[in-house]
Amino acid sequence: MASPMPTAVNPENRGPDAEPATASITLRRLLPLLGLVALLLLTALCSLAVGSKHIEFSVVIDALVAPDGSADHAIIRDSRLPRAILGILAGSALGIAGALVQSMTRNALAEPGILGVNAGASLAIVIAVGTFGINGFNGYVWFAFGGAVLATGAVYLVGMAGARSSDPVRLVLAGVALGAVLSGIGTALALVHPSAFDQLRAWTIGSLEGRSGEVLVPLTAAVLLGFVLAACTGRSLNALALGDDTALALGYKVGRARVLILLAVTVLAGAATAAVGAISFLGLMAPHLARRFSGPDARWMLAYTAVLAPIILLLADVLGRVIIPGELEAGVVCAFIGAPVLILLARRKKPVAV
Amino acid sequence: MSNTKRTSKPLSLTPATTAGKKAGVSHLGRETALCLVLLALAALIALLVIGSGDYPMGPVKVMQVIFGGGEGLESTIVFQWRAPRAVAALAFGAALGVAGAVFQSLTRNPLGSPDIIGFSTGAYTGALLALTLVGGSFLATSMGALAGGLATALAVYFLAWRRGSHGFRLILVGIGVSAMLAALNQWLVLRAEIEVAMAAAVWGAGTLNGVGWPVLIPALLAIVPVLGLTLAGGRHLGMLELGDDTATALGVRVEPARLVLIVLAVLLTSAATAVAGPIAFVALVAPQLAKRLNRAAGMRLAPAACMGALLLVASDLVAQRVFAPVQLPVGVVTVSIGGIYLIWLLAREGRSRTQV
Repeated sequence: MASPMPTAVNPENRGPDAEPATASITLRRLLPLLGLVALLLLTALCSLAVGSKHIEFSVVIDALVAPDGSADHAIIRDSRLPRAILGILAGSALGIAGALVQSMTRNALAEPGILGVNAGASLAIVIAVGTFGINGFNGYVWFAFGGAVLATGAVYLVGMAGARSSDPVRLVLAGVALGAVLSGIGTALALVHPSAFDQLRAWTIGSLEGRSGEVLVPLTAAVLLGFVLAACTGRSLNALALGDDTALALGYKVGRARVLILLAVTVLAGAATAAVGAISFLGLMAPHLARRFSGPDARWMLAYTAVLAPIILLLADVLGRVIIPGELEAGVVCAFIGAPVLILLARRKKPVAV
Repeated sequence: MSNTKRTSKPLSLTPATTAGKKAGVSHLGRETALCLVLLALAALIALLVIGSGDYPMGPVKVMQVIFGGGEGLESTIVFQWRAPRAVAALAFGAALGVAGAVFQSLTRNPLGSPDIIGFSTGAYTGALLALTLVGGSFLATSMGALAGGLATALAVYFLAWRRGSHGFRLILVGIGVSAMLAALNQWLVLRAEIEVAMAAAVWGAGTLNGVGWPVLIPALLAIVPVLGLTLAGGRHLGMLELGDDTATALGVRVEPARLVLIVLAVLLTSAATAVAGPIAFVALVAPQLAKRLNRAAGMRLAPAACMGALLLVASDLVAQRVFAPVQLPVGVVTVSIGGIYLIWLLAREGRSRTQV
């Protein structure tokens, strides 16, 4: 992907919701995006072909187009295809959730976990395993989702309590505070219940392995809902970037926009985290990467994040299958691919602030 | 202030200005009073901590023993067994609170803490390696943590160095390095035997269980002078908050000042972490709590130190007592107490804002 860095558009000419000045700018934004989409498809194909049993690309295509029921085709259709789809859905959900949180709170350190999603989900898992004796991923996935949603709702209530317009700093602090309380309780409970501790450490690390195909339908629904909500907020995100007062002066309903964004983040991050584990670093770094391609417009940034994040997650999953015998969890590989990229970006250019 | 002036009528300008001056004078008074109150509370709770256990003593009794009025057994219990733990809670709390305040001020970010440059994550990696590979005596774990934390902090600083340490670049590099180490930590925890993993989790939450004078004294020898130096350097911090250009114009040599402050904050964190593990959240929440009680514009170090000491010693009391005889790691309680208090302050702030 040696696409040239898009040069900055002269900001004076553009209001928060102005269309790009010329068609050529749209083209300059669109072409790299299409390139990345192609890269995503290629990564997905790799994730179908690579594994403990290597399968030729031609066989992969055959399995997708004309399955003949052979063993290889069965592996691809029943095990690797759901896993790739899970990776794409969860990756873009985490990425977009991260991008929304960073834009809304105007904080570069924000990630989906900051609104209590990870802490809520892990506390719910500990309770499910430790108190109700539920075991295995399928048992606790709904607990995790419920915990994430409840935690984010509580963060919203605390962060917005009484305030007329929500202050992003208060929201971040409320998220950090509530997340800390929940994870503290979770850790204390887990230390008392070794079985819960055991399940929790496997879930926290984040992996695409061993998830059943049953998760895909609810996850798809959640991700679609989240995408629609996120798309509705694109223009307000640009306005919010200018500060609440300016956004209000421009006629945006700041409070309503925040609620929509929070709903989107809750649905996206909650569903993805419940499904694949706490890979919130993906949601943190993908938007930073996307901003390099997209420039300041939040809508392009969201689009790039939606494509870049699943590329990273799938790549991590594929690499994790081949690096060591057995399997290295996607969450671990994700950090080891994503972090050096983030560091290189931070060193190469003047950092692009949120 | 500027907002009130703009909205008020011209006539009220003079009284408003004098009121502002008075507020400025009384503010130092408020800060001193706040620090004294926090310290008094911390000292009282420290007496309760010393008094609690299998051989309970009231605060008055503890005072008597401290000032030489105890029998042999009592003074052994107080001085040898329980005092180190209380002193450790006070000193580490103050150290972490100040370290957090320095980082939040330098990065101008309420999420700033020494964790940002990967210190705690690196310390946990070092301790985990010591626990899983060497078997983890107290000394090995401490040394592992110290080495891991300092190596990580150095790596982050140098990776972020490029003709000056841009604050935002430091944050991004720190996030990246921490994320890698955190992933490594999770992987080590996942692959370890469940007993080793749970022992590591207790250490990783931060615990004061089993702290004695032999490990505490070296840590105190590091913390006390560094704490003094950092508090003295707080003046530069206020100017750095105004931005690099303004600070330079005010005569601050920005780059050395920032480096020195970071080094001091890392030293404070490392001394506490080597003994007690990466106690979560004190560095993050103590400065925020102090700032909200103090109502000062910038980040002030002394209230953050006092708040940190109070928070940690209070958490330790709860950690010892709530599930007694099970001793929780203090870090688990710190996050709960600190978090709940911050939530309450935020909610109260929200209410008072609507009334205004």
